[in-house]
Amino acid sequence: MTEPQTQNGEALVQVQNVKKYFPIRKGVLSREVARVHAVDDVTLSVAEGETLGLVGESGCGKSTLGRCIVRLLEPTDGEIVFDGRSIGKLGARKLRPLRREMQMIFQDPYASLNPRKRVGTIISDPMRIHGIGDRKERKQKVEDLLRTVGLSPEHYNRFPHEFSGGQRQRIGVARALALRPKLIVADEPVSALDVSIQAQMVNLLEELQDEFRLTYLFIAHDLGVVRHVSDRIAVMYLGKLVELSPAEELYSRPIMPYTEALLSAVPVPDPDLAEKRERIVLEGDVPSPINPPSGCRFHPRCRYATEICSQVEPPLVDYGNGHLAACHHPLNVDKETLSRVQASAAHTPEAADSSALPQDPGKERAQPVPRPD
Amino acid sequence: MAQQLLEVNGLKVRFATEDGTVHAVDGVDFELERGKVLGIVGESGSGKSVTAMTLLGLTRDKNTRFEGEVLYKDENLLELPESRLRDVRGAQIAMIFQDPMTSLNPVYTVGDQIIEAITTHEPTGKKEARRRAVELLRQVGIPNAQSRVDDYPHQFSGGMRQRAMIAMALSCNPDILIADEPTTALDVTIQAQILELLDRLRADFDSAVILITHDLGVVAEVADEIVVMYAGRIVERGSKRDIFYDPQHPYTWGLLGSIPRLDRPKPKKLHSIEGTPPSLINLPQGCKFRPRCPHAFEKCFEEPELKNRVDAKGHLDRCWLSVDDKRGVRGSTIAGEERVVA
Repeated sequence: MTEPQTQNGEALVQVQNVKKYFPIRKGVLSREVARVHAVDDVTLSVAEGETLGLVGESGCGKSTLGRCIVRLLEPTDGEIVFDGRSIGKLGARKLRPLRREMQMIFQDPYASLNPRKRVGTIISDPMRIHGIGDRKERKQKVEDLLRTVGLSPEHYNRFPHEFSGGQRQRIGVARALALRPKLIVADEPVSALDVSIQAQMVNLLEELQDEFRLTYLFIAHDLGVVRHVSDRIAVMYLGKLVELSPAEELYSRPIMPYTEALLSAVPVPDPDLAEKRERIVLEGDVPSPINPPSGCRFHPRCRYATEICSQVEPPLVDYGNGHLAACHHPLNVDKETLSRVQASAAHTPEAADSSALPQDPGKERAQPVPRPD
Repeated sequence: MAQQLLEVNGLKVRFATEDGTVHAVDGVDFELERGKVLGIVGESGSGKSVTAMTLLGLTRDKNTRFEGEVLYKDENLLELPESRLRDVRGAQIAMIFQDPMTSLNPVYTVGDQIIEAITTHEPTGKKEARRRAVELLRQVGIPNAQSRVDDYPHQFSGGMRQRAMIAMALSCNPDILIADEPTTALDVTIQAQILELLDRLRADFDSAVILITHDLGVVAEVADEIVVMYAGRIVERGSKRDIFYDPQHPYTWGLLGSIPRLDRPKPKKLHSIEGTPPSLINLPQGCKFRPRCPHAFEKCFEEPELKNRVDAKGHLDRCWLSVDDKRGVRGSTIAGEERVVA
């Protein structure tokens, strides 16, 4: 069970026990005094042609993981396999030819385009750098790309400031497509856009996926948008992968209480429903990844947390159908499944043995633990 | 019973620029009552922020032209001299901005900034002001307020900074709190916290809140009345129930349809409003939404008035389609289905 999550197709990206720590240095000698545990032992894979949604709050390490995968960052530990090649430790020169195959779309359409360059240059630069075509061919290609992303070829000689946020994001997409990559890591591609433009962008990304057979890693904090694009969704909290599930199942049957809380935080555009439903408002902020809480990292904010949660880190458990979660008090799981579950081998933290597996709580569902106010 | 706090009549704001006159706000009217939340919804460039900033006189400039009136306590804020306006601003009408990173001064502690807001408007001593600053931070849910009051903004997280902004805005017990996209830069979980906070503060402080956002989901949670703006004008206005359960303007339908919803089965494609908002220098003739509207017909080359067309009192819209026609065609759009080409 080394790659239990791949549903169909071959894994294009395999992330195995990847860790990324950022050192904090102080003093004259720049001695390392602490580490930010941005990504802490994450294992997952992205199948060819699928969209994996990666969700979590700011500071959960989702962007860091995305950047490690396209090797804008070097992982501290662990293995990243892209298209059969291990790329986790490759040097800059060896990475270069691979860069054609993985591209990134950034969150901020204002900061990610060079304001002094014309749109044509921005989009054709990746081709020039990789020595594709001559000047004329490149121009032709750029014009095609502009059409593909819903802009017009006349925009070739304009500057980024002449475009609206949504149009700029389209330029970013055209640039990412210029080298015909296999994988696109989209880091919050729509969160800076208006709701009505968000929908255009999401639809465009889906069309392009069909047309160019792209594989997406779609990073976002908004579970509403992610649902539309993703085949599977991974939820991260404080550097850890806490739940991984087929997209629809995550919404109908969240297992990890953190996922439940994330779902309930999405505003419902229906006043009656909004009034009726129970809203779980998570207290406080995400704790510091420099000094993450012991045991389950979510326990200080979790309403189901008990003794064990603060002591033993829950292993990632396979609940069947490719649905994994790491929790001592899983939600929406019946007794039968619970008795069958096993820790997924690759994810068991060293400290946890079988006693860390979620036990039958004696009730069908985890109950919120009453807390003294 | 309800006390009217603010009345905006025929507000127009124009900016003279090198490229031409920008009609940022073009005829906006609304009233605001004590203890109520008014949601102003629209895309970027719809004039919602300019409207809010104009209420506080923040758009005054030699290239700006105003028309209409903003009545607050029998005074027209548009004509108030700057020195008088300064007493209103911050003390009686306060504002929180979208970006909590740039709206706090990085070289002063959070406490200093709140204390300054208090002592500017009220004859309080420094000590008393500090005590109140701590109390305010506690009220908006900053843990450990006593010690965090001496922190610099960079030591706060995004959500905490927005809370600090709210604390500062509330420091003088304002009658009106204007929140301009207060949650757009925040995570959904923090957004839920801030919305809950705004809702609680409205009850505790009995202020009126103007909540500006592009996300109808956000106003569904807290607003009482909703104004939908497009290209500098109000295209629809009504109670929250009117807007969500009987929306009359195709733009409102589009906005409702383009929200990805978790309470419904996933549609094949997300609904989107085609095209982009018009340039405010060169507005289209007639109804400003016509070029993007799938239901437009000849009559739309004349601009419709904002008036009551349905039974519900106070529910106004700006659309030529008959009410029956609208009820017939809007269903699929609101459900977020792909556009049916007529």
